Amino acid sequence: MTRDMIINLCVFAILVATAVGAHLGGQGFTVTLATKAAILGLAGVGLNLALGYGGLVSFGHAAFFGIGGYVTGIFAFHASSGEPILTLPFALMGSNEMLGIWPMAMLAAGLVALLIGALSLRTTGVYFIMVTLAFAQMIFYFAISWPRYGGEDGLSFYVRNTFPGVNTLVPINYFAICAALLALALIFTALVTQSRFGLALQATRQNEQRSTAVGIRATPVRLTAFVLSAMITALAGSLYADLNRFVSPAMFSWHMSGEIMVFVILGGVGRLCGPLAGAAVFILLEHLLGPITEHWQALLGLMLLAIVLFAPGGLIGLITLGLDRIRGGKADV
Amino acid sequence: MLLAEQALNGLQYGMMLFLMAAGLTLVFGVMGLINLAHGALYMIGAFACATVAAATGSFWLGLVASLAAAAAAGALVEMAVIRRLYTRDHLDQVLATFALILIFSEGTRWVFGSFPLYLTLPPALSGAVTLPGGLQYPLFRLVIICVGAAVALGLWLLITRTRLGIRIRAGEADREMIGALGVDIARLYTIVFALGAALAGLAGALVGSIQSVQVGMGEPVLILAFVVIVIGGIGSIKGALIGALLVGMTDTIGKALLPALFAQFMERSAANTTGAGLASMLIYILMAGVLLVRPQGLFGART
Repeated sequence: MTRDMIINLCVFAILVATAVGAHLGGQGFTVTLATKAAILGLAGVGLNLALGYGGLVSFGHAAFFGIGGYVTGIFAFHASSGEPILTLPFALMGSNEMLGIWPMAMLAAGLVALLIGALSLRTTGVYFIMVTLAFAQMIFYFAISWPRYGGEDGLSFYVRNTFPGVNTLVPINYFAICAALLALALIFTALVTQSRFGLALQATRQNEQRSTAVGIRATPVRLTAFVLSAMITALAGSLYADLNRFVSPAMFSWHMSGEIMVFVILGGVGRLCGPLAGAAVFILLEHLLGPITEHWQALLGLMLLAIVLFAPGGLIGLITLGLDRIRGGKADV
Repeated sequence: MLLAEQALNGLQYGMMLFLMAAGLTLVFGVMGLINLAHGALYMIGAFACATVAAATGSFWLGLVASLAAAAAAGALVEMAVIRRLYTRDHLDQVLATFALILIFSEGTRWVFGSFPLYLTLPPALSGAVTLPGGLQYPLFRLVIICVGAAVALGLWLLITRTRLGIRIRAGEADREMIGALGVDIARLYTIVFALGAALAGLAGALVGSIQSVQVGMGEPVLILAFVVIVIGGIGSIKGALIGALLVGMTDTIGKALLPALFAQFMERSAANTTGAGLASMLIYILMAGVLLVRPQGLFGART
């Protein structure tokens, strides 16, 4: 077992231990915080696939997070009102089943990502950042001006969607569902990045010319990674909607895109559990600093600035560096 | 008549976007830096104008203050943070400048509170004028159009006719070479950054006079400015001008015409919501169209 693997397991174990400990201690609120960390971590895991492994700096992942959330909200809304979502070209009824909603959320986001990705991947570098941001903003404005599903006010649904055999309203149960999906996504990412496709993706990031020379066509590889990444983030959006039983255009806002990116960077780019560590620290800071000062985001900004300027490997990079120092070995970050 | 008025509104909006986009594109062209905090400088300009105008009673002093405050903030940020980012990749630049937004926004909220401030225009600039053809149009909006045109002309003169302009163009072409030729690159970069910041601050003060001055006002404008420079081509001032006018016109005229257009074959209320929704997406569709044909933007030299 490699050192990175041990750190990854530790990060995940700490999350689970926190939730289980809080549950046994009767602190439902802390369980909800851990659930939030797992969900936002999942959103970051999705972005990490495109950003960390593929070098695609997408500043528009809030679009997919929001689509996942809205698909969930719309299904739940129609399930309670009883009228179909679509009648043409085929009849589609609302649903309360998470197992049915998740694939729909991922499918919807995947299709949008295919479209956005196909256009955005015509550009590179700083253009790509701006274009993904702009497309996410377009969807944001669309959500605001669509009165059917709440427009600017968002859409609430009163009952959390259901999962066979589990009462999802019990915080620890919902945490278990989210943590299990997070674990699946992490395993999926680990497998994908070591597969032929994942290696090709990383090769296009490291040196596009060289990877082209050995016969890898960069655009299809990148587009696939972008779509997969969007689908994972959409799953997180779906879970987030169910956590709050509320969706609003804020899920599409560019602050959300920025925050998902912050999770990835705070934890460490291209590291398996980096986004989870980043999201957990983010929520911890929000929770600890929020009561002290309402201007905690300024402190967050300062911290982020310090990380970007002085610790490019993120938190997990710092831990790895620290471990190496202790052992007296050579640092490789 | 309505169309002429909307066209003028579009022109005014476009000029305002140009003031924002010019600074962004200049900074990107010369230093290769993507600066999300440009919107924060716009906000600083607006707040400086509102504060000074309220304290002294003079809108003109407020305008001067907006230029000075934004330029000073720009120079300070450049020396403290931004100059460490030139050699980094775009991801680091995005994050660091995102962090700067958080710091500036929360800092401003801490000092000024969350309530919007309002600016009163001096009598010389308020009221409406009658244009040839009998159209009544607010004078201040015409002033913004003129300021935008003057800045465009001034920038063109600066870039093509002055020593600083030669250095800026040389910096775009090859930064090591002009360093070797004895140009103080660090100072040149600070000047360019402060210049872009001052333009953003001016835009903030002008728009703040029409709308309101509040925390977070810079962010929607920043994203539109991104759309503008993606359309125009990054690094090109001419592209920024053309792109800004295209975006301004498309947005304004789309919002005015689309609901009416849909009303031809739809029910009134449905036409209004569909039209408004589509109108707010129109500029992004325009951007997508430009990307399909010319991924490097209308006047972009490289990808």
